[in-house]
Amino acid sequence: MIRVENLSRSFGALQAVAPTDLHIRRQQTTVIMGGSGSGKTTLLRLLAGLEQPTSGHIWFDGEHDLATLPARILYRLRLRMGMVFQYSALLNSLNVYDNVAFPLHEHTDLDEVVIRTMVTMKLEQVGMRGFEHLMPSQLSGGMAKRVAFARALIADPDLVFFDEPTSGLDPIAAGVVSTLIQQLTQKTQMTSVVVTHDVHAGLNIADWVILLWQGKIIATGTADDIRHSSDERVQQFIEGRPDGPIPFSRCDTLYPDVLLEGGAR
Amino acid sequence: MNQFFGALGRWALLSLQRTGDATMLGSNASAMLFMRPWQGRHIVQQIYALGVGSLIIIAITGAFTGMVLALQGYYMLAKFGSESLLGSAIALSIIRELGPVLGAFMMIGRAGSSITAEIGIMRVTEQLDALQMMAINPKARIIMPRIIATILALPLLIAMFDVVGLAAGYVIGVELLGVNSGAFIGEMITKVEMKDLNIGWIKAMGFGCLIGIICTWYGYRAEPTTEGVAKATTQAVVLSSVSVLILDYIITSFFL
Repeated sequence: MIRVENLSRSFGALQAVAPTDLHIRRQQTTVIMGGSGSGKTTLLRLLAGLEQPTSGHIWFDGEHDLATLPARILYRLRLRMGMVFQYSALLNSLNVYDNVAFPLHEHTDLDEVVIRTMVTMKLEQVGMRGFEHLMPSQLSGGMAKRVAFARALIADPDLVFFDEPTSGLDPIAAGVVSTLIQQLTQKTQMTSVVVTHDVHAGLNIADWVILLWQGKIIATGTADDIRHSSDERVQQFIEGRPDGPIPFSRCDTLYPDVLLEGGAR
Repeated sequence: MNQFFGALGRWALLSLQRTGDATMLGSNASAMLFMRPWQGRHIVQQIYALGVGSLIIIAITGAFTGMVLALQGYYMLAKFGSESLLGSAIALSIIRELGPVLGAFMMIGRAGSSITAEIGIMRVTEQLDALQMMAINPKARIIMPRIIATILALPLLIAMFDVVGLAAGYVIGVELLGVNSGAFIGEMITKVEMKDLNIGWIKAMGFGCLIGIICTWYGYRAEPTTEGVAKATTQAVVLSSVSVLILDYIITSFFL
């Protein structure tokens, strides 16, 4: 569905995503994992066309390069996409019902009765039925995330991006969301791209895993490939070991030297 | 010396770049007025939010401006025995100058700052990105209605400022200071020409356009942090106010 060639993104001197090639397969769940600051979210935003790459191409359906596509066509393609943001990104001025119904109100002429039925079904799927009248400010982080989930799925998109879908959720809600991503991908033939540092949830739902470190892909494969990888960096990440080839501190200068020079400036 | 000119040059280039970017955003967004889907409902909502919300503060400012002008004008005119000119002095001051400028300042404080803060918070909380992912262009949905609303609402607010200011000036001039009512209104009608009203309208629309573009641009380009939004709001208010004064001078010098 998406093929990436030589994609990179820099912010000044910082290279958030090093030149990368990857493939997001249709009707599969691709999980992009990595530690904080490894470039996962930047890569996701590049794939969604929210960020302009420094170099490279992002081929959507093999014919549209999202890196150079005119905004008008990009917006048309986005009718086939959905996205769940890390902090939900619900529209503050609308209640739960209007947030979920928003894409349908904007892009369809469906009768309000039909829209109401569709919204109720999606809210039931995410366990938020009965909260339609609440405003985003009245929701907990987990509730807001589930509403965002319902909103992203309301128009039955072909491709959905999830930015840290289980962060901030209690274990039951996280389990529901993970199962939902898995089921929807299988039953509705949706393609999912999930960014997470939750190893357990990520490996459970993934058809394909991409592991990032310092903006570079260090491993790809199925969940089993990753679990049994001989790469020390991969093992350190999935086991959450503090010691290993991936340093906790990313600073180049030595700690004793900095202290002897009078501390950080 | 080199450092000074280097810093000056960098500042000038940055200012030029920002002006260009703001102009591009304003013109791109305004062009979307004529594109489908038609955003009429959102424009009306914004006119209501910006206009109706500013009515009371505009009325209060207009009233006290008219009252102070009446007192000051009477004090000066009485020295030359020309109290009868009070009506025209108040009317010309308010319609040509004080109405548009003070009305614009009130709108910047009341509505412009809230436009910047609202859009900035939408940036911080990824709501603008969410709109894009729902195939809705934020420039058409968020930026354009606010620019058009400020352009349309400010002249109406300034018209109200003028009416309240003149009425308050009449009350103080005629009822409190004893200026002849016929002379007050007669002088006002004789001395105020259509040209004076037109200058007021032109200034109001120009200021509205300026405030709309500056305040939406600062919000749209705000650094996505709490501090970034606060800084953007302050800068939007300061730059809008200074720009209004500069544009006021330019328009006044053209139509003198």
